[in-house]
Amino acid sequence: MSRRVGVVQFPGSCDERDALHALALVGAEPELLWHAEAELRGVDAVVVPGGFTYGDYLRAGALARFAPIMGAVAQFAAEGGPVLGICNGFQVLCEARLLPGALTENVTLRFVHRAVDVRVEATNPWSAGLVPGATLTVPIKHGEGRYVHPDPQGLADAGQVWLRYADDNPNGSVADIAGVTNAAGNVAGLMPHPEHAVDPLLGGTDGRGLLAAAAPAPAAH
Amino acid sequence: MATSDRAADPTVPEPAAEPDALATDLGLTSQEYQRIVATCGRTPSTAELGTYSVMWSEHCSYKTSKIHLRRLPSRGPQVLVGPGENAGVVDVGDGLAVAFKIESHNHPSFVEPIQGAATGVGGIIRDILTMGARPIALLDPLRFGEPGDPVTTRVASGVVRGIGRYGNAIGVPTVGGEVDVDPCYAGNPLVNVLCVGVVARDGIQYAKAERVGDVAVLIGQRTGRDGIGGASVLASATFDDNADDEAGQAKRPNVQVGDPFAGKLLIEACLELYARQLVSGIQDMGAAGIACSTAEMASAAGLGMRVDLDRVPLREPSMESWEILCSESQERMLALVQPDRLDDVLAVCRRWGVDATPIGEVTDGDRLVFTRGGAVVHDAPAASIADEGPTYDRPREPWVHPHAHEHPDADEPAPVDPIADWLALLDHPRAADPTPIAEQYDSAVGSSTIAGPGGDAAVLRLPGADGTPGVTLRGVAVATDGNGRRCSLDPAEGARQVVAEAARNVACTGARPLAATNNLNFGDPTRPPVMDAFATAVDGLGQACEALDTPITGGNVSFYNATGGTDIHPTPVVGVLGPLADVTAAVPAAFQRVGDAIVLLGASTRPGLAGSLWLWHVRGRLAGRLPAIDLAAEVALQRLLGDLADERLLASAHDVADGGLAVALAESALRGHRGAEVTPEPDLAAHQWLFSEAPTRVVASVAPDDLAAVEAAAAAAGVPLTHLGAVTEAQQVRVTGVGALDLAAARQRWQSGTARLLDGP
Repeated sequence: MSRRVGVVQFPGSCDERDALHALALVGAEPELLWHAEAELRGVDAVVVPGGFTYGDYLRAGALARFAPIMGAVAQFAAEGGPVLGICNGFQVLCEARLLPGALTENVTLRFVHRAVDVRVEATNPWSAGLVPGATLTVPIKHGEGRYVHPDPQGLADAGQVWLRYADDNPNGSVADIAGVTNAAGNVAGLMPHPEHAVDPLLGGTDGRGLLAAAAPAPAAH
Repeated sequence: MATSDRAADPTVPEPAAEPDALATDLGLTSQEYQRIVATCGRTPSTAELGTYSVMWSEHCSYKTSKIHLRRLPSRGPQVLVGPGENAGVVDVGDGLAVAFKIESHNHPSFVEPIQGAATGVGGIIRDILTMGARPIALLDPLRFGEPGDPVTTRVASGVVRGIGRYGNAIGVPTVGGEVDVDPCYAGNPLVNVLCVGVVARDGIQYAKAERVGDVAVLIGQRTGRDGIGGASVLASATFDDNADDEAGQAKRPNVQVGDPFAGKLLIEACLELYARQLVSGIQDMGAAGIACSTAEMASAAGLGMRVDLDRVPLREPSMESWEILCSESQERMLALVQPDRLDDVLAVCRRWGVDATPIGEVTDGDRLVFTRGGAVVHDAPAASIADEGPTYDRPREPWVHPHAHEHPDADEPAPVDPIADWLALLDHPRAADPTPIAEQYDSAVGSSTIAGPGGDAAVLRLPGADGTPGVTLRGVAVATDGNGRRCSLDPAEGARQVVAEAARNVACTGARPLAATNNLNFGDPTRPPVMDAFATAVDGLGQACEALDTPITGGNVSFYNATGGTDIHPTPVVGVLGPLADVTAAVPAAFQRVGDAIVLLGASTRPGLAGSLWLWHVRGRLAGRLPAIDLAAEVALQRLLGDLADERLLASAHDVADGGLAVALAESALRGHRGAEVTPEPDLAAHQWLFSEAPTRVVASVAPDDLAAVEAAAAAAGVPLTHLGAVTEAQQVRVTGVGALDLAAARQRWQSGTARLLDGP
């Protein structure tokens, strides 16, 4: 049965159409959720897409966390609902304290857009079909993607390091971390853009594997 | 405004103090000033002089270029909207239309590279948005000084950062462009930006008033003092009613500041207004802000407009009326709205967090009236401001390049080691891998970029008019081209070849070139040779566009690109767009499969070192007579490329241009991670075969099974086909009788050129 997946649109979101498109390709029923509304309309999963919410003029994602919808997202997350933050969405979820750590300016001080290889380190609902060790090619495009955390080893020991850059660390992230989850594993964030790797015409389909929580639920029998 | 001789009648604008001197300071000639006095029938007010001076500036009125631009072909069944609107719109089938235009932001990008380039991006995006289209792609043709110079490093890295900062944050992908370097651009870089948008055929918007009583709504950012005089010489110390003001206050920054977040909200708000059919006319505010948008919309309809400047939201309440009128604050639009739809318009804008303020209305008659504090400060015929400005036929003297008469094909010594020269060419920014620039741009947002930066042309799969990706297989290919050095040797022939190359780039992908837009970057037009180069380049552009059936639907003229007394090379930059029926049939530039045959399609190679990259970059010489292009042969080649792509007979196709066959073969090999083994055409010196830039040639690779069909199609089309060799496994391009280019060494050089431009030595 296909899942209803809400894509949160903030002022300054840029990749929300891409997310809708990708989610539909993996079999979900995607819909936009508006930042100013305080409820999620009963969706089965939430995606916070990429972009430059509120211009990212303060810190990336720092203002979006105050939007009315974020209260509902936090509650949904606390109840175990699957939430995925992509790029700016990852930054928003970190700012909202739904994910550990923070994202800061790339070590090169430049925006970077290129395909990178990431290695799956742990399992969670968003990459349910992938085993740790699997390597995927997915594009990154960001100026503030350097993941920082005071205890990356502790995070890894807790199973919260989801993805690492496999050989090319494009932004100086600590311990090559490209994606993390919360302790429960239902909230995940990553800098690579799985929604831009779902169509062979547009550079590969590896991203589909990172949208598993949006794919149709397996039939009961 | 408190002068002692204030007119008692508040319905008549108060005359400017010392109007003659003010007019001179504003860059108006005494004849132009007299014309304004005659039109007004009285001494003009400060606000009126401000409006006329900006609207009659070269930038806004095209007064120098107009009589020449009229010679350009601009019509055709494919053209839905031609020159005169904010952007051209062409029919691409399936009920979809594409708006596209190129513009420049050259001078601001030297003064302040990051903001200058950023606002250039914002400006052209709003031109496309004004047509009712959703902006879906940007391309940036850039010209800088030679790499290594600290000023060039600052300008080049800043411009790229500025384009990325604005384009990435506003959510419009940057999918292509091109870069060149030359000492003539060291103090005057060129930053041209082309934007493409998609719109339903029946959803095109116009910058024209429709009916009396419609409300003028200012949408977007507050109006500030930034950018006043960006389009003219408005910011002068004497240009103020109050002589006691601090001198510093009149000297406001002329470079506007862009806010991509505000721009993004403006896009979304306007697209929702269009989708709900809430506006009857809309105009963006670029150069000359409120003055320009009101005058143009009223004049286009033969109507008037009355605007209360007290209602314009200001950043600084102390702004003078002329400042409000001429401000170039970014991210603003003026919409005309039927009164019964006003509440809906305001509600849509509120939802997107965009300011929207009714400031006036469309009126009967032809007057453009502005009031402030209850008094009329401006009352003049809209058409006299927008459409009836002066035009000039400036004097011309033949543009003669001092070395154009030379014969490098005959007298330039052949290289001892052509492979070394081949390597050297690959790190010139013209030929080098653009990845260090392209990586700083988001080329993926929108999920429509089939081929991004680095190919012959960008290929986009068209989204629906609502922006939904993946709804059709229909697409467009877009490319830009310009070559200042070649145009400097021969502006007319150079311009013909620029058009042909841009169209050939589009044709290489399998698309059919459909229409063009041009950005004419030239020096000081008051110098007669520059004016002559301009006029002859326009003729060349027109001839090529006529032959290729790619009418020019709009564009931009940028004069006064000069440093000290030295003008830039005449640099017409052309963007060509063409539709693809099925993007899955798009042809890449890279070699695909080992064993594919490599053929040269189009003219066989003839001597062509004049104006070549080899002669310039390796030998330091700019000289010679360009080999003339045969436009009929060019048309035949481009049609053939489309036909072969439709039949899926080409594995790759790549235009032969800067650096000749040497660079074309190396690029196809490097991009495809494949080698090649080729045999030069007979009766040519090795370096001529490698480096000649004779036009109308494409390197293609073809599966062995398809070769007979390609040969037959070429023969039927009358297009010469020359067998060159085959794609190989070995990591080298081996040329019989010359030697081999090692691809590892070549890749190193190829990848270093653009980085050196951005980072310095």
